[in-house]
Amino acid sequence: MIQLENIQFGYVKSRPLFKELSLTMEPGHIYGLLGKNGAGKTTLLKIMSGLRFPDGGSATIMGENASLRKAEVLQNLYFLQEEMFVPHLRIDEFEKAYAPFYPNFSSEKFAEYLREFELDREFGYMDKLSHGQKKKVLIAFALATNTKVLIMDEPTNGLDIPSKSTFRKLMASAADESRLVIISTHQVRDLHSLIDMVAILDNGHMLLNASSFEITEKLLFDMDNMKSAEGKIFYTEESPRGNYQVKENVNHIDSTLDLELLFNAAISKKNEISNLFK
Amino acid sequence: MGMDFNNTQTIWMQIVDWVFEQILTAAWKPGDKAKSVRELAVMFEVNPNTVMRSYDYLQNNEIFLNKRGIGFFVTENAMEKVKLLRKKQFMEEEVPVFIKNLKLLGVDIQEIVKLVNSD
Repeated sequence: MIQLENIQFGYVKSRPLFKELSLTMEPGHIYGLLGKNGAGKTTLLKIMSGLRFPDGGSATIMGENASLRKAEVLQNLYFLQEEMFVPHLRIDEFEKAYAPFYPNFSSEKFAEYLREFELDREFGYMDKLSHGQKKKVLIAFALATNTKVLIMDEPTNGLDIPSKSTFRKLMASAADESRLVIISTHQVRDLHSLIDMVAILDNGHMLLNASSFEITEKLLFDMDNMKSAEGKIFYTEESPRGNYQVKENVNHIDSTLDLELLFNAAISKKNEISNLFK
Repeated sequence: MGMDFNNTQTIWMQIVDWVFEQILTAAWKPGDKAKSVRELAVMFEVNPNTVMRSYDYLQNNEIFLNKRGIGFFVTENAMEKVKLLRKKQFMEEEVPVFIKNLKLLGVDIQEIVKLVNSD
């Protein structure tokens, strides 16, 4: 549904952000886009959605060149940015102004999602709401658009504790085979149970793009005092209960993917981890 | 409700265990329609593909029957199948830990036998 091929991009010519970046994303999944600060996650999302043009290579979304910003593409794409655009409008006015861009928008669903977040359309002016409340309104709106591609940049930042649970419930119910959801985040603990595809961006290219099933087939997330002793160790982290380890999964043991450990392992053993998934 | 996922068992297997529990306690009876994949995904706040993996496992082990387009149903022999699988799991995973602790702590097996018989 999204294909990036040999993308080159830089804000400053002398310091290219992406050199030869390639990435394919398919519907039916919730992708977690991970990367260090400044790795270019937000820029990558902007290139996919046609908000930035690559210097080289091609970005295709729903079969169209992303840079052309075709109406058929844009009405099936919603991008919830981390820096939210919140106009001086009441929620109902916002809906009236922006919903017509999305033919599959559901007003009933919007009301339902707002209710789940303990908000409603009569909540007053959006720009007067707290940061977390603005985010809730836009998440509810984003889901109600029913677009084929839904991109969210740090959606759980600023959400209170019960709202993070609500967010996960809404995402679990919104995910389906025809929809591609991409969530860029540092808050992996909030989202690890939702993400079923992991894309790690590092040093200008994709270090990893694999399903959580494939990852746990190839890697074992273990304590050093448990399960198997065999397998090459890629990463170790100390804890009072024993050392957490990421190992090569030679004995085909099923373990639970820990996104933080995976990320740290991938960053510290770049070539070995990325070769494992070639 | 969410699930307090522990780290030693995969999420999809914990969902399987939860379904086992529903069947063993007869909350779900033979012929009952199981909760949909989406319902469980929302309840446990997990990716629907994860629940699908649990349901595939339950179907392959003849605990669920997939009626296309309608949903998953609890099979007639679900209770026996669950007991067999749980027993296998108990013997292979829980008993070895139990035995290890017996030896480690020097507990006489007769003490345990007495406990079991007095129960």
